[in-house]
Amino acid sequence: MDSILEIRGLTKVYPGGLTALQGVDLDIRKGEIFALLGPNGAGKTTLIGAVCGLVRPTSGTIRAFGEDMRTHWRSLRARIGLVPQELATDMFEKVIHSVNYSRGLFGLAPDPAKIEEILRALSLWDKRDEQIRALSGGMKRRLLIAKALAHEPELLFLDEPTAGVDVELRRGMWQQIAKLRELGTTVILTTHYIEEAEEMADRVGIIQAGRIRMVEQKAVMMKQLGRTEARITLARPLAQLPGTLNGFSVSLTDGGSELSYRGGDGAGGGKAEVADLTKALIAAGIDYTSLDIRESSLEEIFVDLLDGAEQ
Amino acid sequence: MIVFNVRSTWTIYKREVMRALRTAMQSILGPVLTTMLYFVVFGAAIGGRLDSGMAGVNYGAFIVPGLLLLTLLTESTSNGSFGIYMPRFTGAIYEPLSAPVGVGETLVGFVGAAATKSLILAAIILVTATFFVDYTIIHPLYALGFILLVSASFSLFGFILGIWADSFEKLGVVPVLILVPLTFLGGTFYSIDMLPEPWRTIAMVNPVVYLVNGLRWCFYGSSDVSIGVSLAMTLVFLAICVGFIAWIFKTGWRLRT
Ligand SMILES: Nc1ncnc2c1ncn2[C@@H]1O[C@H](COP(=O)(O)OP(=O)(O)OP(=O)(O)O)[C@@H](O)[C@H]1O
Ligand SMILES: [Mg+2]
Repeated sequence: MDSILEIRGLTKVYPGGLTALQGVDLDIRKGEIFALLGPNGAGKTTLIGAVCGLVRPTSGTIRAFGEDMRTHWRSLRARIGLVPQELATDMFEKVIHSVNYSRGLFGLAPDPAKIEEILRALSLWDKRDEQIRALSGGMKRRLLIAKALAHEPELLFLDEPTAGVDVELRRGMWQQIAKLRELGTTVILTTHYIEEAEEMADRVGIIQAGRIRMVEQKAVMMKQLGRTEARITLARPLAQLPGTLNGFSVSLTDGGSELSYRGGDGAGGGKAEVADLTKALIAAGIDYTSLDIRESSLEEIFVDLLDGAEQ
Repeated sequence: MIVFNVRSTWTIYKREVMRALRTAMQSILGPVLTTMLYFVVFGAAIGGRLDSGMAGVNYGAFIVPGLLLLTLLTESTSNGSFGIYMPRFTGAIYEPLSAPVGVGETLVGFVGAAATKSLILAAIILVTATFFVDYTIIHPLYALGFILLVSASFSLFGFILGIWADSFEKLGVVPVLILVPLTFLGGTFYSIDMLPEPWRTIAMVNPVVYLVNGLRWCFYGSSDVSIGVSLAMTLVFLAICVGFIAWIFKTGWRLRT
């Protein structure tokens, strides 16, 4: 396994005394899309800032591309890109100038073809001569992405890249990010849209109160914590569960008119069990009128996990 | 390992100069117009009544170096401070902070651009001044060197101010409350020799006195203070600013959290 980023014991205490990160250990693999999830104030932006040179770590080490950030910051930063959470840029500058500036700032020679390619990919080429303030919020966010891509980074941080971007464009951006991965770029993103992590990420990390609570393959996390929920509306209410259903994790709800199932592993195991359950119902002569089945989302997993942590 | 990234520096510099040109109305025309008004009022109108001139020079000509310096000090300071304060204020500072650029590139880029703007201003003022008063520059090379030195020093001073300030108010307070009074009291419109004691001695602790007189010497070959002392004082000021900057960046003061 090739680590592109190794964070060890990273702690950040802000001048006011607030501890934003507490001994964070994290390994990012080359070529993956890693989603960092966590509630507001969990420390996501601080973590990104520490890697990108915006935040001074209080202690801990950060190694990127196998080298220590502290000593090799110059060569390493040239290979890292950052899309900040806040829309922060000179609003009176023209789009094209702003993106050219970003490339030059990272020490690269101008490359109009490359810049055109990036702007086109983000549907900003037509807006290239506009002042940034004349762009819509979603366009501004895409511009920040264009700026971050201008120096062709190998490791890209996206701090809530799709905040304020409409649903259709968001899908477009997901495709862009997926394309980046195909080209070999490693992507670390934070998001509040669990759907986004679910859709794109290879691995998911959950951070809360400055600590990494869990890092897992998305599929494994779904399997470990995922749940299948099924509600079966019975034709005739039951007073108690028949013994034939003892092997299933079911309960009677809604005054006995509904059978609720909760179980499985988030990776299809639950669905198979629900299928068995229905067969058992038929075998026992219990009739039902409707069947509702759903997989819990990462969001629910996430809320469950954090609730568990608070108790 | 590269120690100084020329392309990054050039990129910062170019963008900052372009930003100044974009706002040419406010950043160039404004100060030029103000200076012209001084020439009209003090040089032509009042100066015309002072038959004896000042320090052996026609009064209109006498105030040229002082006015030039007044503009250089205030404009360099405000250019230098706004240049770095604005990205801090908008958050755009994230970009240079995350880029492979260090203190050197940031300083040369931002301060160089601020100083360049001051030099453009100085040139315009000197040219337009010829329409209002007759003046000469006896030591043009020294004058150029001195103007360069002052522009760079005060752009750097402004840069420090822009890093220190955490509000627009603080950004404006130093130029208005410190720089302008020191400049007016520093012999911009008169010779320090005209002051009675103890005011003359007190005036000598005002650093601007040395700057004004240094520039005046470049123009007319004579001044209240010798050119050597003037140059030394300017260099000391520059050295203090450089030292301060080195300390700021070493501690990451107010740029990185
Ligand atoms: N410059 C700062 N000075 C002091 N405290 C800060 C600073 N920046 C962030 N914090 C604090 O550090 C904690 C973590 O903030 P951070 O911005 O990293 O959270 P986040 O996970 O990115 O949240 P969000 O999802 O809202 O973006 C918060 O409690 C925040 O108030
Ligand atoms: Mg954040």
